Amino acid sequence: MKKPLDHLELNTTMWNADDNIEIANISRRAFLKNMALTGFVLAAGFPSLTKADEIASPLKKEKYGADGMPHGWVDNPLIFVAIASDGTVTIICHRSEMGQGVRTSLPMVVADELEANWEHVRVEQAPGDEPRYGNQDTDGSRSMRHFFLPMRRVGAAARTMLESAAAAQWQVPVQEVRAKQHHVLHTATGRTLGYGQLAKAAAKLPVPARETLRLKNPVDFRYIGKGKTALYDGKDMVTGRAKYGIDTRLKGMLYAVIARPPVFGGKVLSYDAKDALKVQGVIEVIELKGSPPPANFNPLGGIAVIANNTWAAIQGRKALKIEWDKGPHGTYDSLTYKTELEAAARKPGKVVRNNGDVDAALQDAVKRIEAEYYAPHLAQAPMEPPAATARIVKGKCEIWSCTQAPQASRESVAKWLKLPEDDVTINVTLLGGGFGRKSKPDYVIEAALLSQAMKGKPVKLTWTREDDLHHSYFHTVSVERLEAGLDAQGKTIAWLHRTVAPTISSTFGPDSKHEMPAELGMGVINVPFAIANLRIENPEAEAHTRIGWFRSVSNIPHAFAIQSFVSELAVAAGRDPKDFLLDLIGPPRRIDPRTLGDNWNQGESPEIYPVDTGRLRGVIEAVAHETGWGRTLPKGRGLGIAAHYSFVTYVAVVVEVVVDESGKLRIPRIDIAVDCGPQINPERIRSQIEGACIMGVSLATLGEISFKDGAVMQDNFHSYQLTRMDDAPYEIRVHLMPTTDFNTPLGGVGEPGLPPIAPALCNAIFAATGQRIRQLPIRDQLQKG
Amino acid sequence: MTTLNINGKNHKIDLPADTPILWALRDYVGLTGTKFGCGMALCGACTVHLDGEPTRACVTPISAAAGKVIVTIEAIDQDAIGKKVQEAWLTLGVPQCGYCQSGQIMAATALLKQKPNPTDTDIDTAMSGNICRCGTYPRIRAAIKQAAGITEIKP
Repeated sequence: MKKPLDHLELNTTMWNADDNIEIANISRRAFLKNMALTGFVLAAGFPSLTKADEIASPLKKEKYGADGMPHGWVDNPLIFVAIASDGTVTIICHRSEMGQGVRTSLPMVVADELEANWEHVRVEQAPGDEPRYGNQDTDGSRSMRHFFLPMRRVGAAARTMLESAAAAQWQVPVQEVRAKQHHVLHTATGRTLGYGQLAKAAAKLPVPARETLRLKNPVDFRYIGKGKTALYDGKDMVTGRAKYGIDTRLKGMLYAVIARPPVFGGKVLSYDAKDALKVQGVIEVIELKGSPPPANFNPLGGIAVIANNTWAAIQGRKALKIEWDKGPHGTYDSLTYKTELEAAARKPGKVVRNNGDVDAALQDAVKRIEAEYYAPHLAQAPMEPPAATARIVKGKCEIWSCTQAPQASRESVAKWLKLPEDDVTINVTLLGGGFGRKSKPDYVIEAALLSQAMKGKPVKLTWTREDDLHHSYFHTVSVERLEAGLDAQGKTIAWLHRTVAPTISSTFGPDSKHEMPAELGMGVINVPFAIANLRIENPEAEAHTRIGWFRSVSNIPHAFAIQSFVSELAVAAGRDPKDFLLDLIGPPRRIDPRTLGDNWNQGESPEIYPVDTGRLRGVIEAVAHETGWGRTLPKGRGLGIAAHYSFVTYVAVVVEVVVDESGKLRIPRIDIAVDCGPQINPERIRSQIEGACIMGVSLATLGEISFKDGAVMQDNFHSYQLTRMDDAPYEIRVHLMPTTDFNTPLGGVGEPGLPPIAPALCNAIFAATGQRIRQLPIRDQLQKG
Repeated sequence: MTTLNINGKNHKIDLPADTPILWALRDYVGLTGTKFGCGMALCGACTVHLDGEPTRACVTPISAAAGKVIVTIEAIDQDAIGKKVQEAWLTLGVPQCGYCQSGQIMAATALLKQKPNPTDTDIDTAMSGNICRCGTYPRIRAAIKQAAGITEIKP
C-alpha cells in the first residue's frame, strides 16, 4: 500500500497524461480503492453512502438556473471531496478550466465552507459524467452562478461530518465543537483533532440532510470574496508543466491531421494518397465520411493522415490530392451575403416585440435617425486549437481532450462508436482557451473514429490553425438596422430595430432562419429602454456555414448596434451621450423580462433575475465617475461610453482613444464597471474583465472571417489578425461594484465584459474624430490618404 | 540523425532534418511545454531560446539547431532572470488559460537579458510577436516591469 501523498501525485498525472499513462491509470484505480484502506473518507469514485439523487430536493422543483440545465447540480460531498489520512483534501472540479479560473474558484468555495487550509487542498478534474457531477457544459458564464451554493453545501456537509466524528470521539455534544482550518476544536477543553485523524470515522457517518446544513456567515469567509487565493494551476502554467488537450501523450500513440471539405456541406469526390504515403513518418491515410445536415456536433468528414509525429502528418496532408464536391454552399460569399442581409433589414420582418405604435410615432417625430450596423463572422481562435486523443481498449474508448462539453463529448462518441456511454471515458484536460469553440465536440468524435480505424491504437488528432479558422462553428454575421424618432425636446419617442443574422439553431435543425429566443434575449428584445413606442423585428437569414457560440454570442452585434445608435441619437439631440443613455434607460425599476418579450432570461428565474435598471444606471454612473466623464480632451482624443446587460450582469465601459493625423488608433485606457452580484473570486473576475476588454478591442479593430466560393478566406494569424501587445489598451481599470450581500444572486463574469467594448470604442473614435464606424472591423477605416 | 542540446542534455533525434524543433520537442523528446499555435511564426507560442536568442520553434528546422543550445520553458527557471519572470507572472496572476504563457515567458526573459530596464516601446517590440487570446497583455507588461524592478507603471 502506498502513502496517500503518492496516490495524489499519481492521481494528478492521471489526466496530465504522459508516457507513463498506463501506469498512471492503474494507479488511479488503486488510488480510489485505497481510499477506504488508508482512511480517505469522502471518496470520489466510491459508491456513496447516500446517492445525490436520493436526497430529497425541494430546490430542484424549479426549472430555472442550474435546475433547468441538463443533469442540474449535485451537492453530495462524497462525490466532490476526499480527505486522506495525512489531511490532504482532494476536491473535484467538474467544470472545464479555460482561463476563467474555475479550478481555483469552485474548489476554493468548497474549501472555505469545509474550513480546509488551502495549502493542503488538491484539485482533481472530473471526467465527463453529468449524472454523477451535475451539469458540466462550461459555457454561458454559469459556473459560479450555478455552483456557488451547491459547492458551499458540499463543503458544509463535509465539515459537519468531521465535526460530528470529533464530537463522537470526545463524547461531547456536536454543538460544542467547531471546525477551524483543517482541525476540529472542542472549545471548552481546547482539544483538537486534525482532518486526517478524523477522516476514517467521519466516513462512517451519514451525509447530513441538506436542510440541516449550517452555511458559514459570510463574515467568516476565508477565501470567498477575498481574491487572495493563488491560481491553482498557475505554477504549472509558468513552468510548462500544465497539460492541455494537445499535450496528451500515450504509449504507442499515433498522430493525425485531417483534410476537411473546404466548404461546409462538401464532400470528397476522389483522392490520391500515393504521395502522402511516401512522406517519411506517414503510416496510413483514412477517409472519414461526412454527415448530412444539420451540422450538429458531427465531424465534417475528409481525409485523415496518420503518422508517427504531428509534423509528418501535416506534411503528408500537404501531399494529398483531393477533389472536393463543394455541395450546396459553394457560392457563399460574404460580400454578396452582406447585401442580402441589408436588403432583409430594409423590409419588415417577423415582429418579436411591439410596444405602442412605432409607425405613428415616427410620423410625429421632429427628427428621424436611421443607421445600419454590420458585424462579420468571427472565429474563436483559442490559442490551443482543438485537439483530442482517443484509444479503444477491449471495447472501451478513453479520450483525453480540451473540451467545454465533457458530457456531450461522451454521448457523441458513444453514439458514433455504437458503444454504451459507460464504455466511454472523457478525461478533461486544461483548455488553452475555449471561447465557445470547444463547446462543440466534433474534434473529439474525429479522434475516436480515427482510433477505431486504427484498431483501437491511441491516436492524437491535432487541428492546425488553418483547420481551426476554416472549420470553426463561427460567430454569426449580422446587419442591425435601427430607426428612431425624436420629439422637439430631443426625447426618443420611437424605436425600430431590425436584427438579421443566421441563427445558431441552423446548426442543429434544418430551415432555421430566425434568431431563437436565446439569441433575441441577448440584448435585443430585452433592451430596457423607457420608450413608449418600440418595435423589434427579425427578418429571415439563411445560414451557409456552421454557426456557433463565440464568447458573449449575439450580444456582440446587438450591443454594437444599440449602443452605437444611442450615441448617434445623443448627437442628433445635442445631448451628452452618457446623460442621453441614462434618460433612455429611465428611472430605476425592476422589470420582469417576460414583459419585454424575453421568456428566456438567460435561463434564470424572472423573479430572482429581473432586469434591474437601477443596477444598469449604477454601473454607468460609476464608470463615468471613475473616468472623469466630461473632462476636456485635446484634439484627436476622445471618450466613448456604452453599457450592456448580459449573462445577468450589468457592465458599463468608457474607452479613451487617441487617433493621430494619419489615422493611427491608440487606446491609452479603458475603465469598466461591473455589477455581477456577489464576487466570489474578485481577482479572477478582474482578469476575466481585462481579457474581455482586449478581446472586444480585437474583434472591433481586426476580427473578421469572410467567405468566398463557400470557403473561409483567412488561413492563419496573418489574415485573421488578433490584437497584440502594441495595439492593446495600455491600461484597463476594472471597477467592481461592491458585494453587499452574498445571499443575493450571482451574475455571470466570463462573457458580459465583452459586448459593450466595440460600441464604446467606436463612440470614442467618433468623439475624437467625428467619424462614425458602422461596420466592423474598423481595420483601416480611420486611415488618411 | 540530429543531435540536439536541449536544456543542457543531448538528445539524438531520428527525424528528417527539416522537421521543426517544435515537433521534435513535443512529439519526440516529450517536452510539451513549448506550444503549437500557428506553425508560421505568427503567434510566438512556440518560443524557445536558441543560443540565447528567442526563436520560433515551429519554423526552425532541427538542422539549424545542431551544435547550438536550446533552452525551453521547462528549464528557464535555471536562469536567474527566467526565474524572476516566472515569479512576477505568478505574483501578478498573469495567466488565464496559460497556453501562450510559455512563449510569453521565453520572450520576456530574452528581452530582460538583453535590456534589463526595458521601456514600454522595448516591451512592445519584444512582445508583440506573442499573441494572447485571453488578453493578459496589461499584466504581462506589469510583470515584465516587476521582474525588471521597475516601479513606475505609467507611461
